[in-house]
Amino acid sequence: MNDDGTTIPARRRFLVQGTAAAVGAVAGGARAEQAAPPGVSDWMKAPGADTGGQPYGTPSRFEAGIIRNIPKGLKQYTSASTRTPLQDLDGILTPNGLFYERHHGGIPDIDPARHRLLIHGLVERPLVLTIEDIRRFPSESHIHFLECSGNPGFEAIKGKTASDLVGLVSCAEWTGVRLATVLREAGLKPEAQWVVAEGADAAAMTRSIPIEKCLDDALLVYSQNGERLRPQQGYPLRVFLPGFEGNMSVKWLRRLNVSAEPAYSREETAKYTDLMPDGTARQFTFVMEAKSIITRPSGTQRIAPGFHEITGIAWTGRGRIRAVQVTTDGGRSWRDAALQEPVLNRALTRFRLPWTWDGQPTTIASRAIDDTGYVQPSFEDLTAVRGLKSFYHNNAVVPWRIAADGEVANGYA
Amino acid sequence: MATRNVQALAAAFCAFGIGGAAHGAERFRIGRPATEAEIAAWNIDIDRDGRKLPPGHGSVAHGRTVFEAQCASCHGSRGEGGTGERLVGGQGTLATAKPVKTVGSFWPYAPTLFDYIRRAMPMNAPQSLSDDDVYAVSGYVLHLNGLAPEDAVFDAHSLAAVRMPNRDGFVPDPRPDVKP
Repeated sequence: MNDDGTTIPARRRFLVQGTAAAVGAVAGGARAEQAAPPGVSDWMKAPGADTGGQPYGTPSRFEAGIIRNIPKGLKQYTSASTRTPLQDLDGILTPNGLFYERHHGGIPDIDPARHRLLIHGLVERPLVLTIEDIRRFPSESHIHFLECSGNPGFEAIKGKTASDLVGLVSCAEWTGVRLATVLREAGLKPEAQWVVAEGADAAAMTRSIPIEKCLDDALLVYSQNGERLRPQQGYPLRVFLPGFEGNMSVKWLRRLNVSAEPAYSREETAKYTDLMPDGTARQFTFVMEAKSIITRPSGTQRIAPGFHEITGIAWTGRGRIRAVQVTTDGGRSWRDAALQEPVLNRALTRFRLPWTWDGQPTTIASRAIDDTGYVQPSFEDLTAVRGLKSFYHNNAVVPWRIAADGEVANGYA
Repeated sequence: MATRNVQALAAAFCAFGIGGAAHGAERFRIGRPATEAEIAAWNIDIDRDGRKLPPGHGSVAHGRTVFEAQCASCHGSRGEGGTGERLVGGQGTLATAKPVKTVGSFWPYAPTLFDYIRRAMPMNAPQSLSDDDVYAVSGYVLHLNGLAPEDAVFDAHSLAAVRMPNRDGFVPDPRPDVKP
């Protein structure tokens, strides 16, 4: 391997670009350089796998470790969640197979031919729609994030990785029909104020949606990133409410009950309400406020002194990200990161900041500012108002502590 | 030509009010009418005031039997929690450093307890209990929380009459609430 000449340019590069190579060295690059393939690699000396050998393609086997972050040792896995490996992804779109999950009664295996949507209540014409019916309506596609309301709970902030901390957020292109279009087909009565959506899962998951949202940007979605919804995301039909807490985008949608009042269901009283220090609980806390996290460098990674691109994601349920500021000195100063276009409404926005680490221990963090002027708060500022027991809607700044040896760790822990 | 078509289409959409009010009369005539029987068979929503509670009744005593057979393996024999959530106790703790949220301490409306048990419990066989059994087990959970006497029998009227301790504990969303 070393006598065919191909590693010499690699060694020259090492000498010329010493700093960059040293960074790579810590990440295992030195070993990779020594084991660099010869000029004609094994995989060039014979034909590769047959075309179409994978009717539905999967990632390279060398990426087998990039998987959902599945909690270990839960008491049950029927009502549970898995997280997106944010630190392993680039760009703003989450691959469908890595989209976060939160189910309340497991994942139903629905035959779309036997699935129906019933629209009833305060409508002129109660309707039954098949999936084929719904696909006949004028369609739209929009890129939006979806985030679980508890991402993470205020007392669950000791996770090691970016995924452990805020992996209950993902982003996709959603295709479907405006909910307003379908409601118009049924004809809303004037007293219609809420739409109660019910899923066809074993929890018959129920949430009430204010009519203003239903008539604004709410969608009935059947496709995600170009293909039909995955079962984990509500196949064959789900509600999608841009910017609202994830559980309201009811999956496996089977019924819309148009009503004058909310259902006050378990999921909007006993759950998904935010308990304050005075013992009251905030109810109908729909919007996910502006948030960001550095995904690289991030927890459990290790860096060497020298150049690094700091990158991460930002999002807001109120509109667009206006700016993301990054500190590399523990909050003493903040610099504007570059925002990758497109900066979309209620979608993940990728930010980047070039940075040279001097090898001194420090803390890095990002904070998002949205187009309403709202600034992502620190954990201290947020909990000063809400205490530690509200569980949902923790959108605090996430600090990463970098030790002298380059180890990146949770700055809360 | 193509541009004109797009413009015509856009004009049609504007006239149609895509994304606007859904009270208009324009329709695509997609789907079929739902019958009253279909709606009755599908609609299991119960309101907080209990006006939509179904006929039927169940006693706390029968609820104990249903609970022990269907619920105790996850929620504990006295609702103290296990694989499933704690259902009992915690009254008076919500404003403390260790709030305990249960049916008794946190749940605001008894009729929506019926709604949730009927639609989602027991977790391994949801929607398998009869309405009578759901009344009974709802009543037993209230009894375990000191909110119903041991000889109580619940139906649509009596369940709706239960005033939950935390009924008035919920407030609107004041966010944004944290200033930089």
